[in-house]
Amino acid sequence: MSFIDRTARSFLLVELLSGLALTFKYMFKPKVTLNYPYEKGPLSPRFRGEHALRRYPNGEERCIACKLCEAICPAQAITIEVEPRLDGSRRTTRYDIDMTKCIYCGFCEEACPVDAIVEGPNFEFATENREELLYDKDKLLENGERWEAELAARLEADAPYR
Amino acid sequence: MELLWDGYIQPGIWIVAKILAIVLPLLIAVAYLTYAERKVIGAMQMRKGPNVVGPFGLLQPLADGLKLFLKETVIPTSANKVVFLIAPMLTFILALVAWAVIPFGEGLVISNLNVGILYLFAISSLGVYGIVMAGWSSNSKYAFLGALRSAAQMVSYEISIGLIIISVLLTTGSLNLSDIVLAQSGGIWNWNFIYHLPMFVIFIVSILAETNRAPFDLPEAEAELVSGYNVDYSAMTFALFFLGEYANMILMSGLCATLFLGGWQAPLPFLDFIPGPLWFIFKICMVLFIFLWVRATFPRYRYDQLMRLGWKVFLPLSFAWVMLVATFLVVFDKVPA
Amino acid sequence: MVVQALAFYLFAIIAVISAAMVVTVRNPVHSVLFLILTFFNAAGLFVLLGAEFLAMLLVVVYVGAIAVLFMFVVMMLDINFVEMREGFLSYLPIGVLVAAVLFVELAFVGGGWVMTDAKMAAIAQPVPADMNNINALGMLLYTDYAYIFQAAGLVLLTAMIGAIVLTLRHRKGVRRQNISQQVQRQRAETLEIKKVPVGRGI
Repeated sequence: MSFIDRTARSFLLVELLSGLALTFKYMFKPKVTLNYPYEKGPLSPRFRGEHALRRYPNGEERCIACKLCEAICPAQAITIEVEPRLDGSRRTTRYDIDMTKCIYCGFCEEACPVDAIVEGPNFEFATENREELLYDKDKLLENGERWEAELAARLEADAPYR
Repeated sequence: MELLWDGYIQPGIWIVAKILAIVLPLLIAVAYLTYAERKVIGAMQMRKGPNVVGPFGLLQPLADGLKLFLKETVIPTSANKVVFLIAPMLTFILALVAWAVIPFGEGLVISNLNVGILYLFAISSLGVYGIVMAGWSSNSKYAFLGALRSAAQMVSYEISIGLIIISVLLTTGSLNLSDIVLAQSGGIWNWNFIYHLPMFVIFIVSILAETNRAPFDLPEAEAELVSGYNVDYSAMTFALFFLGEYANMILMSGLCATLFLGGWQAPLPFLDFIPGPLWFIFKICMVLFIFLWVRATFPRYRYDQLMRLGWKVFLPLSFAWVMLVATFLVVFDKVPA
Repeated sequence: MVVQALAFYLFAIIAVISAAMVVTVRNPVHSVLFLILTFFNAAGLFVLLGAEFLAMLLVVVYVGAIAVLFMFVVMMLDINFVEMREGFLSYLPIGVLVAAVLFVELAFVGGGWVMTDAKMAAIAQPVPADMNNINALGMLLYTDYAYIFQAAGLVLLTAMIGAIVLTLRHRKGVRRQNISQQVQRQRAETLEIKKVPVGRGI
């Protein structure tokens, strides 16, 4: 009996038809497409996007030029040069990140003792030429100012798990 | 002078007008078939499909066409140039000339050949050459392998298509496509797909294989052959292959509608007020939808299974059906005059 | 009639030229392509003669099937033209002999052809309205020539079986896929569930 059943099924193309029925049903389901530039998907607070250098609330830059980020960077994308400032504190004179080398591993962020270098939520920083991707200190500080509100919120959201 | 005008120029203009009246809508239909394909498959995968260029993305095919048109035609240095350029033209032209015998309505056909179905069959059997020439002249092993696979596949499935056509011919008693449609008049219960239901299914599967469509799209299996016989083609030469392939899909759908779905006839007699060509186009769209639907549903066949299906399943089945139909017609004395 | 005459000369000239190209072109694939062109123009000539069924048959059978296989074979060949030239002189006498025989035969055919009145009458006869040439061919093939037709079919069948017998061989130890067997496999036949005691294994 099961033989007849199986033969009948295979000749009546039952499996093929049920597959077709499934795709036909799916045709009328609501679409899951995000209308990307206008709608965006959710991002985790740990999302590792474009880099930024943060400042303290009083406007002093956080980075103390310890070079831990430069040391840990597996792609060697970070270049730092240091000189003591006029008030005697240790500050960077040069802080470059080559974004074409960066692999977005987040080690710099992990290594930083003062939460100065962070990877922000921004992933839409495509440029028209390569030179624009060689970030210098001004660009990174500017990023920090632009994203500060979100950066702080992200650090706070992730703080309990650190 | 009058003789020249009445005898040659006027009929000449008339024929060109008729040809244009079929070719231009056909090209637009091809463009929008690609749009429909992306929309339908998108819907079946819960996506939206193209929706940015123009309202609902309706200008997308035009944008794609423009892109292909403006690109540079690259001819490989080791290619056999003449054959390389003839191949896409051949594919495209063959997909167009076949429309000469397809009847869109009562008397609405460019050439009412009395061997119309054989003409269609001959033209579709020539389609292999475009592919084989493209594969050979590219002078690349991927293109060549793709061409060989494609040619073997098309030749194999042509046989079962031929036998299916024969069994339809046995019941209609004519090789003229208009007569085949007229033999199915009187409503949906007189259409051939009811009497030849198993052959209808096999025919649909065979035209999928014949036009190299999923799940039989082995010639251009992206994953294995980096798109098969047309790897080395770019810009307009590629566009001609693309147009030819899609025009062939529409042609085969038209053939299917003519042979099995009553051509331009309305399914129920009281629906006759809708003009025949509209019914015909509607039926073509239905068959085309099956093409897209199947592509969204089934994974690609393996090559040896494809050959097995063609030679060991479809060929004996369609052959047996020809025998059965012929015996039935003779025993019950129903041979059409 | 002018159009028909023009069409005839077009088809005829292309057919003759491409037939000449078949034997003169160096690349074998080009030669096959020219052969196809020749077939095609012959089909065109058939259409002009009013034998559209034969024309379509020529395209379907010769162009669509036989020439494709031909092209398959030729494309795969790796032909060395230098080697091919080597035997040219030694084969020349035999080649010339065969060509001469063929030429004489053709000359006899051409010379022996007489245009009788009966033939003229047959040509002048209009095609009957209720009979197209498929009907006419069918009437002839399945009545007067039924036995010969069947015999031709048998010869072809024998050739096909012969080809299969010559090439078919069953090799031992080849693992073949049996799809229906695979599809019919039940869970119980293939799968055994065992409770493995902790720390002991099977």
